[in-house]
Amino acid sequence: MKDTDTTIPQTRPIQSATFTNEINSEIRRAAATGIYDIRGGGAKRRVPHFDDLLFLGASVSRYPLEGYRERCSTSVTLGTRFAKKPIELDIPVTIAGMSFGALSGPAKEALGRGASMAGTSTTTGDGGMTPEERGHSSKLVYQYLPSRYGMNPNDLRKADAIEIVVGQGAKPGGGGMLLGQKISDRVAEMRTLPKGIDQRSACRHPDWTGPDDLEIKILELREITGWQVPIYVKVGATRPYYDTALAVKAGADVVVMDGMQGGTAATQDVFIEHVGIPTLACIRPAVQALQDLGVHREVQLVISGGIRTGADVAKALALGADAVAIGTAALIALGDNDPKWEAEYQKLGSTTGAYDDWHEGQDPAGITTQDPELAARLDPVEAGRRLRNYLKVMTLEAQTIARACGHNHLHNLEPEDLCALTMEAAAMAKVPLAGTDWYPGKAGF
Amino acid sequence: MQIYDVAENGLRGLNATLQAQGKETNQTNWVVQNPKGSHAIAVGLDAPIDVTVKGSTGYYCAGMNQQAIVRVEGSVGPGVAENMLSGTVIVEGDASQYAGATGHGGLLVIKGNASSRCGISMKGIDIVVHGNIGHMSAFMAQAGNLVVCGDAGDALGDSLYEACLFVRGSVKSLGSDCIEKEMRPEHLELLKDLLERAGSDAKPEEFRRYGSARQLYNFDIDNAAAY
Repeated sequence: MKDTDTTIPQTRPIQSATFTNEINSEIRRAAATGIYDIRGGGAKRRVPHFDDLLFLGASVSRYPLEGYRERCSTSVTLGTRFAKKPIELDIPVTIAGMSFGALSGPAKEALGRGASMAGTSTTTGDGGMTPEERGHSSKLVYQYLPSRYGMNPNDLRKADAIEIVVGQGAKPGGGGMLLGQKISDRVAEMRTLPKGIDQRSACRHPDWTGPDDLEIKILELREITGWQVPIYVKVGATRPYYDTALAVKAGADVVVMDGMQGGTAATQDVFIEHVGIPTLACIRPAVQALQDLGVHREVQLVISGGIRTGADVAKALALGADAVAIGTAALIALGDNDPKWEAEYQKLGSTTGAYDDWHEGQDPAGITTQDPELAARLDPVEAGRRLRNYLKVMTLEAQTIARACGHNHLHNLEPEDLCALTMEAAAMAKVPLAGTDWYPGKAGF
Repeated sequence: MQIYDVAENGLRGLNATLQAQGKETNQTNWVVQNPKGSHAIAVGLDAPIDVTVKGSTGYYCAGMNQQAIVRVEGSVGPGVAENMLSGTVIVEGDASQYAGATGHGGLLVIKGNASSRCGISMKGIDIVVHGNIGHMSAFMAQAGNLVVCGDAGDALGDSLYEACLFVRGSVKSLGSDCIEKEMRPEHLELLKDLLERAGSDAKPEEFRRYGSARQLYNFDIDNAAAY
């Protein structure tokens, strides 16, 4: 039979791996608007993370604790180095700093309620402390930021701890941002700003530069608060070994290390995705610095940035952290990005799970907004209960893993309980590639 | 009059003693001897007391002050009266960087010169400098008044919000979005009061007023070159 098909075969259209549809759409958006993309949240790109680690449960060489019966403690004390009143927490999961302004009043209240019911702390943010937040938080950490919006010694003395914010994982080296849509009358008054301006906070503290000055600043804060409460130093993860060592040298009670998956209320997308290092990469160097200085467990390490499950908690603790902090996950527990708002996300040009225009103040879930009608959608009692449940589940999950590894306290988890699925994770976490006794950089191989 | 010797009794004891004074205290006059450049002298006070520091201090003297009058018979290190809420701080000598940084209220008087970033991020404090001030002063200043009887350095009032700046001498350069503004009668009245309270004999009419052009309050691509 004669082949009569004379059609010339065509090469299928090939999408560029460099100029992807997402990249191209951003180029078109930039060309149309003349301004960089601003959004909330943390890094969305795939980076080595806790999912790339696995626990080695008990076997012949180790025996487990009885999963449903034997006690596995979860408590942690933060601030044992210098503070007269360290913070005692029932669980090693805390709520990270998020401001009233970035979040609605009911959302802040819900965070306080949920954290308090779970026996942990919550944290203020850029913009000061609200009475509602203090009232609903049994343990409240007061952030001391470069902007000093709303900063005053009276609130400082009401705090259970002070967190000096040097940087944030989403934007190490950058300041906060709150666009005009969210500068309501109350937010403007608290921050001494004109209503409706695009607030762009300073990235450096106005009255100190460098670790030697930081030491004096910590002295001042301790003198003002009578050496009563712990002083944390929070840094965005970039050079974790040196930043941890310098924070210790400056006199910190607690070091908070925030990886690039850590969220922000608003900043440039280019900042979120291209500055800083993954959470997984910052833990071992920070722990190493504490160990080299002989203060591991005396100066506590809190890790944040992309913590989602009890497994993440257990892995962070196994690598040497004393506690973790959650922000984005806590907002999701409250109701952020819930599928029930899908129709409204679509109207805003987004979809469930991807909504990150938190700076625009139109959040259908009523969390990242100052619009009274939207904010009223969030019931702080119910949302607080959801957060409490979530925190409890994370803790139960972490306990399940710890027992399986034979530990009667979450802090007894150790790097030897872990292995890595990828070379990158093995190198960052300094635990062996699964099935081997080797990780990149390990001497003697 | 109560006398406290820092060299003999330590910094912690000084601040604890001064902070313990309540509104009804009858120990209203304090003299602090031998500060010897110590940091965090007389910080976090919150009572109507009068504290005289006999000598120069280090960082953050009178930080976060409320109600108290703190007089320094010497010069001060960085961050004098930082984040002050109320009260008065008077420095007989010079002040280092960040004088009055982020202050929310009260009056800071510097009878000598102030270094760079004087009044940075001020939020309602009044600052009167009898001498000159350094570069980047009133950077991101949000509210309050900065009065300079001498000259101002580079980039005065960069990224200014609603603070008012008054300079009698020269201004080396203005920062982004800071412009000279009309001196109206209410400003002369305000200036007269501040100068009197600060013990300056300068005349309000000799000053020029500077403030925000308010062009950078919201994002605008056409302003990108301003940063």
